[in-house]
Amino acid sequence: MDQSTRTVAEKLGIQLIEPKGWTCCGATAGHQTDRLLAAALPAATLVKVQDMGLELVVNCAACYNRMKAANHEIAGDPQVRAGVADALGRDYDGSVEVRHLLEVLLNDVGTDAIEKALHQSLRGLKVACYYGCLLVRPSEVTGFDDPENPSSLDRLVTVLGGTALEWPHKTECCGGGLSMSRTDVVVNLTDAIVGMAKLAGAECIAVSCPMCQINLDMRQLDIAKSKGNRYDLPVLYLTQLLGLCLGVAPQRLGLNKLMISPAKVLQAVAAA
Amino acid sequence: MAITISRDKSARGLLKEVQEISGVDLSQCYQCKKCTSGCPVSSLARCSPSEMMRRLHLGLGEELLASDILWMCVSCETCSTRCPMGIDVAAVMDALRKLAVRRGAAKGEGNVPLFNRAFLKTVQVFGRTYDLAMIAGYKLGSGKLLADTEKFPTMLRKRKIALLPPHGADRQAVRRIFKKTREDGAAQ
Ligand code: SF4
Ligand code: SF4
Repeated sequence: MDQSTRTVAEKLGIQLIEPKGWTCCGATAGHQTDRLLAAALPAATLVKVQDMGLELVVNCAACYNRMKAANHEIAGDPQVRAGVADALGRDYDGSVEVRHLLEVLLNDVGTDAIEKALHQSLRGLKVACYYGCLLVRPSEVTGFDDPENPSSLDRLVTVLGGTALEWPHKTECCGGGLSMSRTDVVVNLTDAIVGMAKLAGAECIAVSCPMCQINLDMRQLDIAKSKGNRYDLPVLYLTQLLGLCLGVAPQRLGLNKLMISPAKVLQAVAAA
Repeated sequence: MAITISRDKSARGLLKEVQEISGVDLSQCYQCKKCTSGCPVSSLARCSPSEMMRRLHLGLGEELLASDILWMCVSCETCSTRCPMGIDVAAVMDALRKLAVRRGAAKGEGNVPLFNRAFLKTVQVFGRTYDLAMIAGYKLGSGKLLADTEKFPTMLRKRKIALLPPHGADRQAVRRIFKKTREDGAAQ
């Protein structure tokens, strides 16, 4: 993920600067535990970005959601702002711009520029675009796309020459945050999502979050074991699909790390 | 749904406390059940999000904290997004979880709080997540030593799990945050 994001950014002329000393956003464990902790952990990284005079680009839907939510809480509630200031040892106003990589690709780089940079095409590969829950919700906090039927990833896949399928589980939660602690629940959720993608005729699932990717990819092994449903649907992160079409070698995109083989996708691209 | 109402002493406390922790006005809920319709785990759990809201209205107490949905809820925020009254139902779930952990009612459903603790502990120590330490902490605590182990060799080989702890994080800043938020008596 990290590797494919960096490679693709470089190819498209986006300069990514890693904030020195960045720390974890606390994720689901953070906000399930304490509201102030959940705002202060992302803020520790956000002030660093503010000092650098930059915007923050995130490629994980969960981190994106936590960063946005922290900004929202801090800017909207003086008490939270004061609590966070105390925890950080300095004031932070919640104003650093936080954006998901997908937004940057579509709005800043633009589909025209992406199209011009392409070397390969997905050649009509049937792709189910999966956004997951946290990128689009709650919409007044993230303000990202339509919360019920988003289309930004579909647009990217279409530019790459893929067929973006209409399907109903674009924003159903895969349960990534409970993957280890309630595997029983998560196997049910991922089974419903991957099963629906298969039913819609997908040859591959495209995701915009590394947590969703690991979960939807890896849990297919458990689904096969406990429910007997074998889907064999490769799950690729958006920069992996984009990278392939930009002509980047699969090893440089981390495709060898997938549990479900992406052979079908590689074949489609290679046939071009 | 059938709701049994008990009249124990703790009954009155919860509604107010949940409102305080979550900042949500529960009286706004008119039981349309839209939250429940979209909730991915409501069919798996014994009690749905709208039922939790109703139970809070009716003044139920400690027994709410033992509801299985608290530890099945995946924090996907579908409920909050869809509620026509703009109620942040997911924040109510967070508040109930926090109360459950604080009052020791979460013992029976211990795996999620345990995971959260193991996760946050590695963040507190390393500033970032460190899968090996977290998994070790979680597995030792949960007794689920063998779960998912068949995947570890592949995951290590594929470098999905790093062997070495993360470096470069501003650990000092993070430790201060944990110390400060814990001083307020809130963090576990
Ligand atoms: S969607 Fe909102 S108003 Fe409707 S039952 Fe749920 S919390 Fe109550
Ligand atoms: S946040 Fe929890 S309660 Fe709300 S819809 Fe998601 S799983 Fe259900």
